[in-house]
This record gives sequence, C-alpha cells and structure tokens, in this order.
Amino acid sequence: MVIDHDVVVLGAGLAGMRSALEAARRGADVAVVSKVHPVRSHSNAAQGGINAAIGEGDSWELHAFDTIKGADYLADQDAVEILCSEAPGDIIEMEHMGVIFYRDEHGKLGTRAFGGASKARTYFVGDITGQALLYTLYDQILKAGVKVYEEWFATTLFVDDGACRGLVALDLLHGDLHLLRSKAVIVCTGGMGRVYEPSTNALICTGDGMSLAYRAGAPLMDMEMVQYHPTTLKGSGFLLSEAARGEGAYLLNSKGERFMERYAPNKMELASRDVVSRAETTEIKEGRGIDGCVLLDCRHLGRDVILRKLPQIHELALDFVGVDMITDPVPIRPGMHYIMGGIKTDVKGRTRVPGLYAAGECACVSLHGGNRLGANSLLDTLVFGRHSGGDAATYAKETPPTTGGEALLTDEQRRLQALLERPYRGETHARLRLEMGQTMDTYVAVERDAAGLETALKKIRELQERYARVSVGDKGRIYNQALTFVLELGYMLDCAEATVRSAIARTESRGAHYRTDYPHRNDDEWLKHVLIVHGKDEPEYLPVTITRWQPEVRTY
Amino acid sequence: MEWTIVVGRYNPEGTIEGEPEPPPPPPYTNAVRKTYQTFTVDLPKHAAVLDGLIYIREYVDESLVVRCACRSAICGSCAMWINGHARLACKSRLDAVAVDGRVTVEAAPSMGVVKDLVWDQSPFWKKHLDAMPWLENREPIPEREYTVPNAMMENLIQEVSCISCGCCLMDCESFAVNPDFLGPHALAKAYRYADDPRDAATTERLRRYSAPGGVWDCTHCFECVSVCPKGVAPLDQILKLRRMAVEAGFTDNNGARHADAFAESVRHAGRLDELMLVPKSNGLFNIAANLRELPGAWNLLRAGKLFSMFRRPIPGVQRIRDIFKKVGGRFGGRQEADKIEAYDRPYHRL
Repeated sequence: MVIDHDVVVLGAGLAGMRSALEAARRGADVAVVSKVHPVRSHSNAAQGGINAAIGEGDSWELHAFDTIKGADYLADQDAVEILCSEAPGDIIEMEHMGVIFYRDEHGKLGTRAFGGASKARTYFVGDITGQALLYTLYDQILKAGVKVYEEWFATTLFVDDGACRGLVALDLLHGDLHLLRSKAVIVCTGGMGRVYEPSTNALICTGDGMSLAYRAGAPLMDMEMVQYHPTTLKGSGFLLSEAARGEGAYLLNSKGERFMERYAPNKMELASRDVVSRAETTEIKEGRGIDGCVLLDCRHLGRDVILRKLPQIHELALDFVGVDMITDPVPIRPGMHYIMGGIKTDVKGRTRVPGLYAAGECACVSLHGGNRLGANSLLDTLVFGRHSGGDAATYAKETPPTTGGEALLTDEQRRLQALLERPYRGETHARLRLEMGQTMDTYVAVERDAAGLETALKKIRELQERYARVSVGDKGRIYNQALTFVLELGYMLDCAEATVRSAIARTESRGAHYRTDYPHRNDDEWLKHVLIVHGKDEPEYLPVTITRWQPEVRTY
Repeated sequence: MEWTIVVGRYNPEGTIEGEPEPPPPPPYTNAVRKTYQTFTVDLPKHAAVLDGLIYIREYVDESLVVRCACRSAICGSCAMWINGHARLACKSRLDAVAVDGRVTVEAAPSMGVVKDLVWDQSPFWKKHLDAMPWLENREPIPEREYTVPNAMMENLIQEVSCISCGCCLMDCESFAVNPDFLGPHALAKAYRYADDPRDAATTERLRRYSAPGGVWDCTHCFECVSVCPKGVAPLDQILKLRRMAVEAGFTDNNGARHADAFAESVRHAGRLDELMLVPKSNGLFNIAANLRELPGAWNLLRAGKLFSMFRRPIPGVQRIRDIFKKVGGRFGGRQEADKIEAYDRPYHRL
C-alpha cells in the first residue's frame, strides 16, 4: 500500500514525538512510524533528569561552558548555545504539558546536582524523569491527533532524485510492506547500544536510523565517541542513574577508598562521565576492584532519601543483584551507555540529504562532542526535536507532492522474500551479534589502541561477510521477529564499522575516546570532526565551530 | 542451573494437526488453541523468565516471539501470564517463580492473541485514550512554571510510575466479565490528571468516570494491586476518584447510591440491610430496575436471606453512630482528607 503524508517521523521516543508535535502545530500532516509502541521507547530509561539554567545565580552561558568543557571541546559551540539558551523554555513547556517536576519549598521547580555541572540545574521527577516526559508527550500527541503507525519496522528510506521522500516499512502485526511517501523524513531512532555487549541500552537500540540515513548518503559523524556510564549494574549491565551520585553517593574501591580523590579532587564522584569511567577502569586494572567491579555506596544517604528519590534504582539493585542499597554497597562497573556521534545535522536537524532530518541520540549536531553530560540528552531530544519538526514542516510546505516509489516497494518485497527463503547455513543473527558486541566491548571500550582497533575492524569485516549467509528462522508473515532481528543486525554492523573506523582515524585522546597509544589531547591537529561517508574508504573532516570558549586544559 | 520453561504457543498462520484450515486472521481473540511446548534451558539462578525466553528465541527456536525491550521493568513490554498470573517476564526471577524448576508462560487468556506471547494491545490503549489522559491547563497559564507544593506533585508519582504493561487489566475480574470497564490502568491514569492541581477539567473528568464502565464498576478484588509490578495500586486510585466524584456531586448513579445505602444502613442499624441495599442502589423509584431484581429477591427469600426488615438495630448501635459522627463527612470520613482538600483548593490561592 502507498500512504501519503507531509512529514514522516521515524521513531517515537522523545525526539520523535517532540518533532511530530511541532510539525503538527505548524500545520503539517505528520505521521510517526515506530517499531514499538511509543511508550516502549528507550527515552523511558533516562532516570536522572533534564538540564536547564533556570535558577537564580545560573546562566545559560555557564550551562553552555559546562557542556563544552564536558565535551572536551569537540562540541560545535553554535549548537550548544542554542541548546542551552532555549533549554528553560522547553522545560517550562513540558511543565505546562503536565510533567510533575519536583518542586522546592516555594513550589517552584527544584533541582538536583549532576556530573560535570558547575551548578545544580537538573530538573527531575524522582528517578523516572524520562518516563514522565515520554508519557506526557505521548498523551500530547494523542490530544493533537497525530497518526502513529506503531509496530511498523522501517526497511529502507525512499530517496528520489537525491532527496529523501519517505520510507518503506513492514507492518509487523499484519506482515504487509508499505510505502510511506512524504516530503520530509525525520529520523529519531535513538542510539545503537546493542552494537555493544553488554550495554545499558534496550534491545531495541540497534542504530536503525543511523544506518538507514548512512545508506541514503548522510554521513555519520564522531562515531568513535561512545560513552561508558560509570555506574552500571554488575552482570546484567543495567543502568544505575547518576542521580545516585547527584544525591551524594560515593564510589569505593576494594580498600574502601573514595578513589575519585586521585582523579578529580574537586568534583569527586561528580566529574564528567568519561573521567569517572576511566578512573574506575584504572582501579580495576590495577587490582583494586572486586570481581571486575567497584562499589557504589549509598548507605550514608539514609533509607528515606533512597526510597523517596531513588526508588527505581533501589528496586533494580534488589531485583537484579539481590543487594539492598540501604544496607550494602552495590557492585558496579563502567558500561556502554550512549553514543555522542551520529547522523551529521545542522542546527535545524537537516542532514546533507535534502528532506532528511535527524534528531536525538541518532543525530550529531554536535552538542555532546567527546562526552555528553548527564541530563543533557533529554534536553537534546526536546530542543532539536522541536527544531527539526518545525523546519521539516516549513520545508514540506515549499515542496511539491511526492510521486512514484512503487518500484522501490516491489524491490523491497523481493529483497525480504529472498531473505526469508535463504537456507540455513550455520549462521544466526544472535551468534553474530554476540561476537560483534563482545569485540566492541573488548577493543572499542574505555581504553583503545591501534592494534586493538585494527583487530576489531578485521572482525567487523568478517562479520559483514558472514552476515550475507545469515538465515531467518521464522518463515511466517505475522510478527516475524527473526526477520527484523536480521535486518537490525545489518544496521548494527554499519554502525560498528563507522565507530571502529572513526576510532582508528582519531589519533589523539579526547573525551570518551582514550587512546593508550596517543594519551593526550591534540588541539593543533584534532579540533575537528570525523565523518564516515557511505561508499568512501577515507573519512572526511570538518572543523569544530568555536564561538567564545577557547579550548582549555580540562580538570575536575 | 537447568530450568524447564513451558511456553503456550500460537501461530496464526500455522496449521494444527487435524485442522486443515488455518485459524482466522484478526480481529484477535483469546479463543485460540495454544500448543504447550517445553524447553529446557541452562541459566544462572538469578536469571529472569525473560532471559530464558530470549535464550530460546536466539538459540533454540527463532520463531518464538515475545515483546521486550529494556529488560529492567521500565518499558512495560513483556507482560504475560506466568504460572497463571500476570507478571513482567523481566522482573520475574526464575528461582522465585519456578515450581520444581518448572515455569509455564503464555499470553493472558483475557487478551486476544496475535502470536505466541504477543497479545493484542488495542483494547488496552483504547481505554487509555478514553480516560482523557492529558492536562487541560488551568487558566491563566503562567509565563513560568505553575507554582504548586511539592507534596501535590509527589502525590502523583505513584500513578506516573505506571509503565502501561497491562498486568492489571489482564487479571482484572471486572474486565473479565465486562469488556466496557475502563480498567485499572486507565483509571489510575485518570486519577493522575484529575488530581493534578494544574488541571481545569476535573469536573468533566469526574462526570466521565462516574458513568457506567467507570469507577463504580470496580469490584474491589485487589488483583490489580497485587499484580502491578510498579506499585501503582490502581484500586487505591479508583477509590480516590470515587471520593472526588461524590464530593463533586456526581451521586446520581448506582455506585454512589450503593455506597450511600451501605453507609446509611450500618450507621442506622449497625449492620447491613440486604433488603433495602438493592432498591436503594437502583433508586427507590426506579420501578423498572427494581422489578428486574425480583427473581433474585425470590432466590434470596428462599435462602432465608431477606428478613432483615424485621431486624432491630444491634445492641450498642449508638457507639457506631458516634463513630460516624466523629469522623464526619458524607460516608463518615475521608481517609485522605488532606489530599482531597488539596484538590478542592484552587492552585492559585496557594
């Protein structure tokens, strides 16, 4: 079937729904396509809060400086200025939509402290901030009557004469393939955490949009910048929010020392995430860990603070490692959490492909540069979701109706049919994904070097070759997850390749990208972005935009 | 450790032996013939049921389908029946739910089945929508945030914690016999907006929730409270909505009259007057409805249950009346008087 809309948004997390809402407000006929129901999106998992300089004594310039310093000066400062100066408006708007933000004793918005920030400027709802925002936005798009195609899985973008004019998606419940034709597409598919094993990310974070945009000609930028979160649960790798440290929790090594003293004497546990994760890795490597972990100690916060402000992570520790953090410290380790890089966009969310937009974690504006500050990602989704939605609606008004594309639909039908009919030859998506994930977590993690990265690249190339032999273990039409897993694996391999190639290219250490063979930041040569372009062997480079904050030595 | 996982499977495109025609396509129904397939998996003691299902899906049988995403009880995808009760598969540790190392999972029989453990969520979301789940802003909308006490925001966290997994609806006794019941999840959501001090549509909401299918259709079975994986306690929210609705004057319905008759009977006689409870709930002058109750009354009479009209108040009834007097209010007391007062008070006077 062919369905026409002005704007199609792929992905229904915060960025997707915010951009859809904005496009709808500007009068566009907008539809949201998501492979899961909107409220299952991974924005849900953001626990700690959302940053904005609203309070007295704070300013958006301070927020911007913290963000840029946190980014190790790889962020584009014009974009960060927009993010931070518009942040208060977006928070207030969400409050008006109904988010039950925490209040101070005067009934005004209240804050908590977060890592890498010079002021307490993180607004929150318990430790379910992402969930509270996500449901509020979902309810708002219901109110606005935005069309949602839920449990539809995108298989390719429709590129016509160099411009993006829609996408092809598989309706999982019914097994039919549809062409959604539009004038603009906004990709808001979130991260690619499943490229790594383990990862804090949900099983649905498979880099679909990054790969689709990349294949359509939009470059992927700064993909080597992969954030390891300092506090992920032992074993399962689930996230324990930075809110714990924001509320005052300690990090301890096997000797019971608050080891952050040695790495960040001023900010201690609240240094930026790359710094804390690296410190933990050093402690563990030098033998002061416990079974590959260090400890997160909340005991001194007391029962009341833990149960009132951190109920969800209290429950997670109890359910998944059997530790009650009221009485015992929790074993944690750094774990893959977020990708700062993504589809290169400008400050309006536009990619290099006309009609193709991106926002949220899958995009790289770039705001987070080498390291994202906690509670800046939710902000990113709202501010740049809004900008992309607005610009896409304007663009759609100026663009004539899209025609054609039926041939693409037929081609896709054939491609998927061939995939289903592929005989079993010993390769499964699960095994390949595991090998990829472990390779990435071994060689492209907190510490990297040339030899390891080359090993990883070789492995990814081998997996790409084997991928052509992966079969689908379900031959049916209805809710064929095996088929979507195979397609997702293809997306993830694209992302993995881009990450490894970017990491090999950047021969310096900056932010989350720490090269043991190039341990120092090199502003003379590397104050630039690395772009991986589909079909090109060599990366491209773009200078970092610097407006008013010159690079300085970064200490916490 | 070795675990036995029995999965209730259903393939809408598959043929079952002895049945040449495949079962019909949607609309989805729960009247499907499931086949129970046994898998043995080797997983650590603390593994969750979902870990087992993912293992099967990845390494044993790729055609097994189950919705899941976060693996940590946040996204709400993996609600299903586990040993006969609605639970999240990711939050159910095998060592906690397995009996002799064996656990049975299947789509809840109260829901239409799409395939294997994937159920039809459209009725669930229809109810969510019917609850009017958005803020209707109180005017004037301030330039900055609304000024409200933190306690009134924290009061709503319990309902905002709902992850829409569907466990409560799956095991709801009222929904089981009345598909039109709005359901525990939607009513919890309803309370979340109705008691938001920034909302201007409280009266309209309470009118809506007082209609048939609304708050009075709950039968207090407590299933929703016991199966909710996030402590939302939907029944508690339904009771709060009832109180708010009655306070707001929505008393012209069987539910409110029933509650009134109940309280009045106890206040007056110290015990329940079964004879008058039904007609008072229907409305004494609702002749048609009361006539329809006659066959039931006849059965009660034969069972010796209809003679309370001759009963006198119990000895010492005055003490019960004193209790009523002391707690005051329409039903003799508002357990959460402070919260209700907070709702009564327009926010701008705070």
